[in-house]
Amino acid sequence: MQANSEIVERSNAGIGDSLKRGAMAGLPIMFGYLPIAITYGVLASEAGLSLFEITMMSVMVFAGASQFVATNMILASVSAIEIILATFVLNFRHFVMSFSFMNQIRSFALKWKVPLSLGLTDETFAVGSLHKRESKDPYGGWFYASMILVSYSSWVGGSFLGGVLGEVIPAALSQSMVVALYAMFIALLVPSIRREWKIGIIAIISMVVNYILSALGISDGWAIVVATLVGGASGIGLVKEEEA
Amino acid sequence: MILVIIGMAIVTMVPRFLPAFVVDRWTFPLWVSRWLNAIPYAALGALIFPGITTVIDGEPHIGLLAGGVAVVFAFLRAHTIVTVLVAIGTVYILTII
Repeated sequence: MQANSEIVERSNAGIGDSLKRGAMAGLPIMFGYLPIAITYGVLASEAGLSLFEITMMSVMVFAGASQFVATNMILASVSAIEIILATFVLNFRHFVMSFSFMNQIRSFALKWKVPLSLGLTDETFAVGSLHKRESKDPYGGWFYASMILVSYSSWVGGSFLGGVLGEVIPAALSQSMVVALYAMFIALLVPSIRREWKIGIIAIISMVVNYILSALGISDGWAIVVATLVGGASGIGLVKEEEA
Repeated sequence: MILVIIGMAIVTMVPRFLPAFVVDRWTFPLWVSRWLNAIPYAALGALIFPGITTVIDGEPHIGLLAGGVAVVFAFLRAHTIVTVLVAIGTVYILTII
């Protein structure tokens, strides 16, 4: 990540600079979100949702996997309560992630914490929590806000586009683009492991736990929550905060 | 339908913002802080695997290969965008051949 070395050089630039760097940090997320959001829009319109409903779900929920699951459940005429419950289970991991991120930006005022917390997804959390320096920067809030807004607008915009236009991206390409977010996660994780190998142990423990739980038939939502907590707990003894 | 969406929004948003209030009022002991600091790496691990094997249905090796390529590029300090594009290219090539 060359971005990290750039951050070292400037630490006290203004709001404009923070916004710009935040947008740059959000760019890979935008790349990953657009094809997925478009696919969601297409599927949701096939499931009979109106363009307003498709877009509003992205505006109000902003959680990709759960929106796909909900769309499939609507298509299968599952009851509203079950859809909402499934959404809760699937998105509960954001509770754990939010705890971690809110602890990182503990020095921010509540009027910053609340809106930023509402913008947390797997991806914005991953990018935000690996940009730790900004949490000590007086303009750091603008950085995170900008990164989240870039991601959010591409998610909402992509959903709308999918709903209006149908399949605008050729199937073979949009299928290939599904890997984008995984590649971004890898691009975030590997430099940290390179810096501190113990971080790799945390990640591998979490992967193994997630794999075992999935293989046992536990739902994706709970499997990720438990794997994240267990993997994180292994870090209590492994990594001191100055290393993380 | 709009009620379902509002319900989904509530059960998603509440767990997201509750920690903001908790963190504001409560200073954690050191071991909790360490736990929370390790969460991002654990979350990344859980988000990558085994999910990456499902990139192409029924062909887990494609996702794994693309992931391996991404690991190499990330290790060589390629920019995130480059790593992402190379991984997309890898999947694309593997699906069309």
